[in-house]
Amino acid sequence: MTRDMNKYLRDGLPGTRFCPGCGHGILMGAILRAVDRLDVALDDLLFVSGIGCAAWIPSPNIGTDTLHTLHGRALAFATGAKLANPKLTTIVASGDGDLTSIGGNHLIHSARRNLDVTVICANNLIYGMTGGQTASTTPVGARTSTDPDGNNFRPFDICNLVMASGARYAARFPVTRPKQLIDAIEKALRIEGFTFVEAVSPCPTQFGRRNSTAEISALYDSVDSQCISRAEAQTMDEDERLRHFVVGEFEP
Amino acid sequence: MAGRKRVAETTEVLLQGNVAVAEAAIAVGCRFFGGYPITPSSEIMVRMAELLRADDGVFIQMEDELASICAVIGASWSGAKSMTATSGPGLSLMQEALGYAYFTETPLVLVDIQRAGPATGQATHVGQGDMMQFKYGSHGDVFPVALVPWSVQECYDLTIRAFNLSEKFRVPVFLAADEAVGHLRENVVLHRNFEVVDRIKEGAGDPFGSPLPDGVPIMPAFGDGGRLMVTGSTHDGRGFRKVDDPEIHDTLVTRLMRKTLDHVDEIVEVEEYMLDDAEIAFFAYGVSARSALAAAKRLRSKGVKAGLLRALTIWPFPEKQVTQLGARVKTIVVPELNKGMITGVARGFTGTPVHAFAQTNGKIIEPDSLVKFVEGLP
Repeated sequence: MTRDMNKYLRDGLPGTRFCPGCGHGILMGAILRAVDRLDVALDDLLFVSGIGCAAWIPSPNIGTDTLHTLHGRALAFATGAKLANPKLTTIVASGDGDLTSIGGNHLIHSARRNLDVTVICANNLIYGMTGGQTASTTPVGARTSTDPDGNNFRPFDICNLVMASGARYAARFPVTRPKQLIDAIEKALRIEGFTFVEAVSPCPTQFGRRNSTAEISALYDSVDSQCISRAEAQTMDEDERLRHFVVGEFEP
Repeated sequence: MAGRKRVAETTEVLLQGNVAVAEAAIAVGCRFFGGYPITPSSEIMVRMAELLRADDGVFIQMEDELASICAVIGASWSGAKSMTATSGPGLSLMQEALGYAYFTETPLVLVDIQRAGPATGQATHVGQGDMMQFKYGSHGDVFPVALVPWSVQECYDLTIRAFNLSEKFRVPVFLAADEAVGHLRENVVLHRNFEVVDRIKEGAGDPFGSPLPDGVPIMPAFGDGGRLMVTGSTHDGRGFRKVDDPEIHDTLVTRLMRKTLDHVDEIVEVEEYMLDDAEIAFFAYGVSARSALAAAKRLRSKGVKAGLLRALTIWPFPEKQVTQLGARVKTIVVPELNKGMITGVARGFTGTPVHAFAQTNGKIIEPDSLVKFVEGLP
């Protein structure tokens, strides 16, 4: 069975603006395939994003109502839009720096209020658009343009952060595992209340060439090989765990 | 302004200025309030919480002022007339989003109950120190509208006008009130029979462009099927980001400027008191205009031909009216609760001497101090 995914794309666009090898195009495909499993009219869909590479996933590529906002504030805008028109299926799609650093306060408060939105966080572990600076999600030891000798600060565990704040569901999967990612986004969309999906999305341009490899396929292999289950994580000490991505679903 | 009429019973009651703002917002059709508590504006949010919840509207207390103004913008795009209220520190936090609201042509009303700044300053005392922030707080060129009430009645009337101007021109409108007027209690007539202007949702053209150099585009809401692209980046008429096209950027910035400046005769309101034969005039706004009017009357009783030009609209600035005032009188005095912000602006539009009576002690101006100041002028 083939599905017509073009209906979700905005007319008149030559393609996305993402760098070669960027994971965000895969993530966009995953979001749209999950949306396609729902019975929701395009006119009732609203995508809200902040600033950064991931904010360009919906804006302007997805052909629904889109609200491309300020850096960090996507969830605050989404709060007003959703409460003023509750029939809008509201999806916030933005990056890790946007949602967890400059927008971290809005993230935890939206989860606390159980705002009925689904947040898709494209986590590329770095500030991509501005030139590869350290993010609040950059792994310990990873090299960035502002930490050329390696980042010293431990990253947020975003899924546990939002669950502790009151989210109804969270999941983390890399874009290298699209089936699980689509299933998780679909599940998040079907659950009423605040739901969150973190998609680990490699950034060859800013992260890859400073760290593992500039070779795109090798970077994808490297990210995928760092993914472990929660059971596997239990067997590791903290330092080792921090070098991995604990993938899976987080439910209250 | 054209619009539908809302008819209900008109009543006269004793109210606080802040509460009159909330009553007016509901009367004119505000359906969303997002805010964060701050002295001396908090009575507005408390009353909005009561009124909106009683009437199926949306009230939400956000986590900070940044979130409050962003939620208001989101709600406006969902089709709701929306408002927030704050004071100086909150206004400072909201500036980035106010530029976004301006550039995306989002109607909203922001009520600022000014207190004595800068910084935390004197939170419970009156000031008029935000006057330049309404116009110059954002990066880039913005041309918003700011109205200044001097009474509880005007807290009511100008809130209604703020919503109507905001909807008509798709521009953020400030109610630039102050602590003294916001906490004043006076009788107020709660008019129920007035024109209500609503944004135009359907019609020819795109949501972010106009064939007219000063035109206001249509504004469909989210969910209306318009597949809107709202962005704070430079955009074409449909909303596509155009961040490298010099002509599109200049055309957009210029149209947004002309949208308000080409309509100053409709937007700018002033009132004249005892100016017919005046030789000295106060140019004043807000609570300081009350001090000025009292001072002008006392000066008259002493044989000094004094009068008052009062600005109800401060942005766009009443340029023409100040120029005309300068041609009629020998001296202008601007009493204000800052170090001469509007005095400096007024000097740009007249060659007549303009003196600042600048008071920054957290108190309203004593009329006798103004009388003494005028008597001491050369």
